Amino acid sequence: MPTLLYFARLRETFGVEREVLPLPSPATVEGLLATLRGRGGVWAKELAPGRAFRVAVDQHVAGLDTPLAGNEEVAIFPPVTGG
Amino acid sequence: MNPADRIRVQTAAFDVGAEHTRIAALDQGIGAIASFTGLMRNRNEGDAVTAMTLEHYPGMTESALVEIVTAARTRWALQAVTVVHRVGRLVPGDPIVLVLTAAAHRGEAFAACEFIMDYLKTRAPFWKKEETPAGSRWVEARTSDDDAAARWVSPERAAGDAAGTRSGGGTD
Repeated sequence: MPTLLYFARLRETFGVEREVLPLPSPATVEGLLATLRGRGGVWAKELAPGRAFRVAVDQHVAGLDTPLAGNEEVAIFPPVTGG
Repeated sequence: MNPADRIRVQTAAFDVGAEHTRIAALDQGIGAIASFTGLMRNRNEGDAVTAMTLEHYPGMTESALVEIVTAARTRWALQAVTVVHRVGRLVPGDPIVLVLTAAAHRGEAFAACEFIMDYLKTRAPFWKKEETPAGSRWVEARTSDDDAAARWVSPERAAGDAAGTRSGGGTD
């Protein structure tokens, strides 16, 4: 089961920093996002297609088709603003 | 990572002079050191900003910075690179980020320094939250930063990179 991490504005909006989420296997980032959107409310709004957010799998930027085989660390966060 | 390079994420302030002295002493083949220091401003988007808190993604931040420096080293002959980025709470005037690039000649040093900053702004997982008289707010990413980073890639590579760095549904 992947461990999900949320950062910055999304962490505050969702009110959660970390969670472990059971997913049907095999899964992808797209499937994970669909599961999270299914919670409705801020989840459906913030993760809607067209919204600006990023997903990293095991600390590398991922795409919708990135596979999730099991125990990955999946981070969801807003576009970065460092520097 | 090249042993001459230094990449740090820290809450403490950094000493630009000490970092410059260290890198200059590494190699007598160094003929140029370019330096960029980013400071916290007291205004943003027309509003007074009294403080700022920088959050990051421990682990991914460091590996993203290593990847950015490695990419710079594949483009330019560099003797040494230093990147120091602060996290935590900062006030106006505080230094946020330092990039030093050392090369034989200024062309490589200038270009690599700007490249590293452009990529850091768009790829390293840091987020700023500002405190203003009206309350606190997360800083929004700027499309001008994406444009600055895109200057460094050919049109074909830019398209591929853009697809690879987006969440898929995400646009900004």
